[in-house]
Amino acid sequence: MSSQENSESLPEAQAPAHGAVEHAGDPFADPGLPAHKPRIQDIDERAAKRSERAVAFLFFLSMVATIGFIASYVIFPVDKIVFIFPFGHVSVLNFALGLTLGVALFCIGAGAVHWARTLMSDVEMPAERHEIAAPPEVKAQVLADFKQGAAESGFGRRKLIRNTMFGALAMVPLSGVMLLRDLGTLPEKKLRHTMWSKGKALINMNTNEPLRPEDLLVGSLTFAKPEGLEEDAEDFQTQIAKAALMLVRIKPEDIKDKRELEWSHQGIVAYSKICTHVGCPISLYEQQTHHVLCPCHQSTFDLSDGARVIFGPAGHALPQLRIGVNDEGYLEALGDFDEPVGPAFWERG
Amino acid sequence: MSTTTDARREAPAGERIADWADGRLGIYSLAKANMRKIFPDHWSFMLGEICMYSFIIIILTGVYLTLFFHPSMNEVVYDGSYVPLQGMHMSEAFNSTMHISFDVRGGLLIRQIHHWAALIFLAGMFVHMMRVFFTGAFRKPREVNWLFGFLLFVLGMFTGFTGYSLPDDLLSGTGVRFMEGAILSVPIVGTYLSFFLFGGEFPGGDFVARFYSVHILLLPGIMLGLMVAHLILVFYHKHTQFAGPGRTNKNVVGMPLLPVYMAKAGGFFFLVFGVIAVVAAIASINPIWAIGPYRPDQVSTGAQPDWYMGFSEGLIRVMPGWEINLWGHTLVLGVFIPLVIFPLVLATIAVYPFIESWITGDKREHHIADRPRNAPTRTAFGVAWITWYLVLLIGGGNDLWATHFHLSINVITWFVRIAFFVAPVLAFIATKRICLGLQRRDAEKVLHGRESGIIKRLPHGEFIEIHEPLDAGARYKLTAHEQYKPAEIGPEVDENGVARKVSPLQKLRAKLSKGYYGEGNQIPKPTAEEYQEITSGHGHH
Repeated sequence: MSSQENSESLPEAQAPAHGAVEHAGDPFADPGLPAHKPRIQDIDERAAKRSERAVAFLFFLSMVATIGFIASYVIFPVDKIVFIFPFGHVSVLNFALGLTLGVALFCIGAGAVHWARTLMSDVEMPAERHEIAAPPEVKAQVLADFKQGAAESGFGRRKLIRNTMFGALAMVPLSGVMLLRDLGTLPEKKLRHTMWSKGKALINMNTNEPLRPEDLLVGSLTFAKPEGLEEDAEDFQTQIAKAALMLVRIKPEDIKDKRELEWSHQGIVAYSKICTHVGCPISLYEQQTHHVLCPCHQSTFDLSDGARVIFGPAGHALPQLRIGVNDEGYLEALGDFDEPVGPAFWERG
Repeated sequence: MSTTTDARREAPAGERIADWADGRLGIYSLAKANMRKIFPDHWSFMLGEICMYSFIIIILTGVYLTLFFHPSMNEVVYDGSYVPLQGMHMSEAFNSTMHISFDVRGGLLIRQIHHWAALIFLAGMFVHMMRVFFTGAFRKPREVNWLFGFLLFVLGMFTGFTGYSLPDDLLSGTGVRFMEGAILSVPIVGTYLSFFLFGGEFPGGDFVARFYSVHILLLPGIMLGLMVAHLILVFYHKHTQFAGPGRTNKNVVGMPLLPVYMAKAGGFFFLVFGVIAVVAAIASINPIWAIGPYRPDQVSTGAQPDWYMGFSEGLIRVMPGWEINLWGHTLVLGVFIPLVIFPLVLATIAVYPFIESWITGDKREHHIADRPRNAPTRTAFGVAWITWYLVLLIGGGNDLWATHFHLSINVITWFVRIAFFVAPVLAFIATKRICLGLQRRDAEKVLHGRESGIIKRLPHGEFIEIHEPLDAGARYKLTAHEQYKPAEIGPEVDENGVARKVSPLQKLRAKLSKGYYGEGNQIPKPTAEEYQEITSGHGHH
């Protein structure tokens, strides 16, 4: 739509005048810039001197603070902790360096601002604005220049050159895209598998010892990792991000889900610790209700009922790991999780 | 020739250096245009300065931190001076951050200044943006600069996120995991994006080094360019100003750059830096030693991102866990919808200037800042947006609200789910009413004067309050704002009686325009006739 079409709905342009003279009849006319009111410093030299001393004092204080900074750096040991009310136990070096640096900087600023406010001229003056858009003759000149330049290049006439150039420019970034391929490996089935497999013992995360059923009491929460995964392993973080396991013992008669009971051992159930929402480790367990809560986004799962979601943003139940006991009486996995652990993704299905 | 040489010899050293530079850089012409450039004075104009200065502080302290930080995820065993963590496995990134915090003298201070300045930078940009929004300073010719500023805000958010993820501590690692989970939810390409970003499976051994180059080079480089462009445009457009005696759309009234503005603005840099240094001295931020190194199987309660990411956290927390499984594929709506709304929340405010200029059809330049009450619909929209943002922030901290105020987390979550849709509407209605009320009060004040607080008893016993008439300056200030008339679609038929084609877009525009400027949506300014009638007659009521 054109601007003329709307012009009738626009308000009238503001009166550009600076004086009330030509608008004597208009009670809302711009009376123009008020006369400058002198400050005390403008008329009383003693007041100006006071301001000068105040500014100089602030700059001087800044110098003192910088010396204090250097002294603090030299004097205070880096590991000394002291109690300073009301901040509590703080590093004395950090405290001293920060305060002295802060004062040194602040005083320069305060001095400069005080100087500007009290001693520099505070006479307000107007400056004219100029329209941002170029005047028509400039625009005409630019368009003419452009046309001439474009004509001289033959850009519009020699279409073969133009089109091949577009083709080349469009294709050359593809090399850059290719180079991104090795940013990472392909997902393949990696998100579907964890380190768990048939016969892998459940190792207590805290003691690093294999777990026996009798180690787990009703109402307790234990975290476990697969046998053979050590903390100093190079891929520990990546493995534990999928394999982390939580174990709880529930009275078998309290387990509502049939498959859960089958996959448990004497009421000991093993679930993935990684939340199915966006992958936080779940760590809050309520003994009475057998609910676990993810502290990140509060998804709540009922471990006595197939770990189904009972509240929060998670979209599906926690995967269960089928467990049993090996010949030596230790808990072991009877296979990998039968579904991907952690957050859902497109290929999950 | 000899005379010019003599003259040059006589000139003071400063002038000779300036001459040298002018011959090569043309500095005199530059200074002629800018040295005495006028800047208007208003406290809200310093909000942008806070942003610029905290950005400079972040760059200065950031360069220092790079001298000590090792952006590597190689696993090491801690043997530094902080006893509780000794013997623990951690990445080199975490280890070097511990080194900066405990063994480099002043390292902790610089780290804390860096992080505090980042929070202040983002908060400053947020408030600065609101100032520009509510005063209508985004209108022509400043729409492009509004977008530059908006981009700076968004890039600042991501620079902050990549920055606080670098120490590879338990809290930030949890945030990165959240990001990975969100990326996985993207249909079709989600897993590929995640694997390419992390160099394979999460967390892998690459993301710290990759975030590092993004955090210290890519994003700040773009931001520096945008910031310079932003400032050049501020210089070129000249600053907006509020209407007042002698302050019109055609001029700018204030103090010259040299000396007043230079001293004030330059001094303000030191004030900002000084305050941040003191804050860093007395208030601990991101104490990674208390949080510990990242482990994908561990987490602490009360996990929170830095404040500017809080609204995205709110989106992800309150969204119901919808998942659609079809034909062997999963559409993770419970995560993907928040991921899509996240930029939309921001985009809503970014595109507003273009919507408003479309509604008004106004192609003129505007240099007078509106008082928010005089643009009730815009102000109401802005407050509704802030309400929306705050509701999401509440959602992002729902666990903290629950523990601090002994509320049920389920109730808070449901409150946010409902308030997400309802609260902005209520805020819109309330704000608009308040603005209209304030407009009425202004009109009242112009016509009847200021309440003086002096009570007069008339001979027949009636008590009245004396109203003092406003001076010409105050009257001008309260009536200087422009008022649009609602756009008309025009008659249904043209002059020949043929039905005119009116596009749905034009109808929408007319409707919106009526909502903005129609009857009851703004209070007409007092007219000169009204004023004269009241002042010439019986005086005060």
